[in-house]
Amino acid sequence: MTATPFDDESLPRDNGELVFEAPWQARALAVAVAVVNRLDLPWDAFRHRLMASIAEEPDRPYYESWTKALESLVVAEDLTTAAALDEAMPVERTPL
Amino acid sequence: MTDHHHPEELAPVEARIAAIEAVLVEKGVLDVEAVDQIVAHFEENLGPMNGAKVIAKAWTDPEYRTRLLTDGTAAIAELGFGGPEGEHVVVLENTADVHNVVVCTLCSCYPWPVLGLPPNWYKAPAYRSRAVREPRKVLAEMGTEIADDVEVRVWDSSAEARYLVLPMRPSGTGGFTEEQLAGVVTRDSMIGVQRL
Repeated sequence: MTATPFDDESLPRDNGELVFEAPWQARALAVAVAVVNRLDLPWDAFRHRLMASIAEEPDRPYYESWTKALESLVVAEDLTTAAALDEAMPVERTPL
Repeated sequence: MTDHHHPEELAPVEARIAAIEAVLVEKGVLDVEAVDQIVAHFEENLGPMNGAKVIAKAWTDPEYRTRLLTDGTAAIAELGFGGPEGEHVVVLENTADVHNVVVCTLCSCYPWPVLGLPPNWYKAPAYRSRAVREPRKVLAEMGTEIADDVEVRVWDSSAEARYLVLPMRPSGTGGFTEEQLAGVVTRDSMIGVQRL
């Protein structure tokens, strides 16, 4: 985890502390950080998509926009396709 | 200890993020441990130091200790901590005779405001099932031997109660300031899988 600026202002903060409202949000955050690290991309590669995703639908909950941005990144990087993701969506929650 | 907090419905966005992670893991782009490590990073910067402040204050201020044991959520809010998963915090006092251990057998209920996000082992089926059945053995495997004359109480988290263990103040900390005391409190001691 060397390349990623964790103090980046695009990370969700409340009084200076990072906050999650549910465990899946932490997974969403961590997967994004991991993908960016793994592909050796600048954090901006994700952040710009996040900004675009938020701008596209400003009232959408933050982590939903985050997830859209992450999906657009992994699809653009040819790591998967929307159809493959449709297929992989679980119907039940496994214990987190 | 009924009515566990584990929402049945999986929100589309939650399913989507699970799918993204699963596909990337399957493709070998990510491994689960790496993602866990990142979560741990946020977890460590997010939570247990808050609980440590609560515990340190309880060790040094008897009136606060009483309030904390009476109404955990309210006493924790005095220090500015609260929010989701912090609505019904019950604080369990360890004594020379009783050692408390917290588990959530059905999901991963956990007092986020004071402990952050739960560690992966807390969410793992092995801990969730075995902590109730054979707590002493599980604790021993985690490096914590509980003497035979100490009663081990296991608490199953639920929607009605998120538990926080109040460990015993370690000997040799008599001259410590509250801040120094907070430094000796660990996450695991507040879950009850470690004694300080």
